[in-house]
Amino acid sequence: MTNTAISVSDLSKKYEDRLAVSHINFEVPLGTVCGFVGPNGSGKTTTMRMLLGLITPTTGQGHILGEPIEHPEKYLSRVGAMIEGPAFYPALSGYENLMVLAKLGGFPIERVQQLLDKVGLEDRGKSKFKTYSLGMKQRLGIAAALLPEPQLLMLDEPTNGLDPEGIQEVRALLRDLANGGTTVFVSSHLLSELEIISDYIVMLRKGEIVFAGPIGELMAQQQPTIIAKSLKKSDLKRIVKIAKEAGHHAVIRDESVHILADMKWAAVLNEAAFDAGITLAQLAPQLPNLEETFFEMTGDK
Amino acid sequence: MLNVVTAELRKLRRPTLFLGTMGAVVFFSGLFSSLLYLLIDSPQGNADRGQVISREVLSLASGGVQGFASVGGFLGIIALCVFAAQTAQEYTYGTLRNLLVRQPSRMKILAGKLISMMIFALVMIVLSAIVSIGSSVILAPTVDVSTDLWFSTAGIEFIYTTFVNVTISVVGFGVIGMVLGLLLRSPISAISFGVLWLLIVENLLVAVKSSTQSWLPGSQLTIIASGGSADVTYLHALATGGAYVILGSLVASILFVRRDVAN
Repeated sequence: MTNTAISVSDLSKKYEDRLAVSHINFEVPLGTVCGFVGPNGSGKTTTMRMLLGLITPTTGQGHILGEPIEHPEKYLSRVGAMIEGPAFYPALSGYENLMVLAKLGGFPIERVQQLLDKVGLEDRGKSKFKTYSLGMKQRLGIAAALLPEPQLLMLDEPTNGLDPEGIQEVRALLRDLANGGTTVFVSSHLLSELEIISDYIVMLRKGEIVFAGPIGELMAQQQPTIIAKSLKKSDLKRIVKIAKEAGHHAVIRDESVHILADMKWAAVLNEAAFDAGITLAQLAPQLPNLEETFFEMTGDK
Repeated sequence: MLNVVTAELRKLRRPTLFLGTMGAVVFFSGLFSSLLYLLIDSPQGNADRGQVISREVLSLASGGVQGFASVGGFLGIIALCVFAAQTAQEYTYGTLRNLLVRQPSRMKILAGKLISMMIFALVMIVLSAIVSIGSSVILAPTVDVSTDLWFSTAGIEFIYTTFVNVTISVVGFGVIGMVLGLLLRSPISAISFGVLWLLIVENLLVAVKSSTQSWLPGSQLTIIASGGSADVTYLHALATGGAYVILGSLVASILFVRRDVAN
């Protein structure tokens, strides 16, 4: 029994002369929440499509729940997915749309109403899909992905169009599923959300892997920042000068000085500022968040 | 496979599609059959392309199904539209990826879709037969056409044969619609192309050079529904029409199985 939900090796997809995904390698352990991030056009959806057997890789191998991706029939009954937004028949109700998929997959039809209740569509299940708001469509897409009681859930931008309450509900739902043993592989533009729920991160840029591993390992690689604020604004430039003289990169941003330096250097700065007659109003370490790390690693800002 | 068929039937039974299509079938089957009797004395003829079907012909054992046979080509156009739309919409709505995630065997999806749409077509044909033959039975006595032989042993055999021929023809049209849907991946393009070809291009070609009637796909399928014509034998139409349908299905199936689902 494998302990990885997803493993890909040297996976590529080439469209004519454009390499959409370039020789990527990563693994996602079972029972984790893995954030899949990258700028638009970085190859996230193409990768997900290859993993679901919708498109054929140009090179490389992949395994889902221990089965090769060349044989999606061996694993898709245990996988739930919503790729590139929810896609349903506009003239059918949400209930009917789920019934079509339940019949197709041979899942118990009682699950349809249970899932509509679970995603908060119990009152609108009989309404036609075309009357749904974007948030309701997303919820229906998540319900469809949950139909097989999946061991692996692959979601592409599941919080797109949801209000803050809906985002919070999806976050809780994904965490619950992971706690119950489901592996969640989720792409999202809301990096702050992924930072909260993810155990693993796979980061893509221009079809190549920038980072793949535990989120803690990613954040630990990042250099922390010391934030210094003086009582007088005019002293900010003097703090920058002190930092630069000590060999640290420093910039003034939002009426405070951001210094790339080890936490221990904060004490040195405090002493140097005191000696220079500068009164510090704030001196605090700050670890970069996932969004800042993402922009730094993908160079996309 | 059965799962695919039952899933597809849920889509096909939606009221706007089901009742709309069946309404059109009832209307046109009644209209086509009624015109045979209402225009029986018209100098412009009472059948397709100005043909005259006389009282004597209508009084034969095959007379009861003349209307039904003549509506066969039209049922074929309806089938083409339904099959094309139901297939191509999976691409335009993006729902094909959902289907393939739930049923990764693409041939099963294709076969299940075809079977479910054939069931839909069969309901259409049965309804059309009832309306066509029913309206013929009601209108025949009003224009002095005898119905004595219609339900004789020979008459029943004609009903059975015509039903089989119309079914082959309608399914053939439907498969062509499905092939167009798979190739063009857009309901509007598939239906427009299919209907324009069958109703305009083929008629123009036949008008310019009548011998093309023996080779054009739509003509073959219409002739199958009528059980053969004066110019083209039933077996020729069956062989040629069948070849078109098999070739088209083969190409479309290979493309469907091998093509990436990237939308």
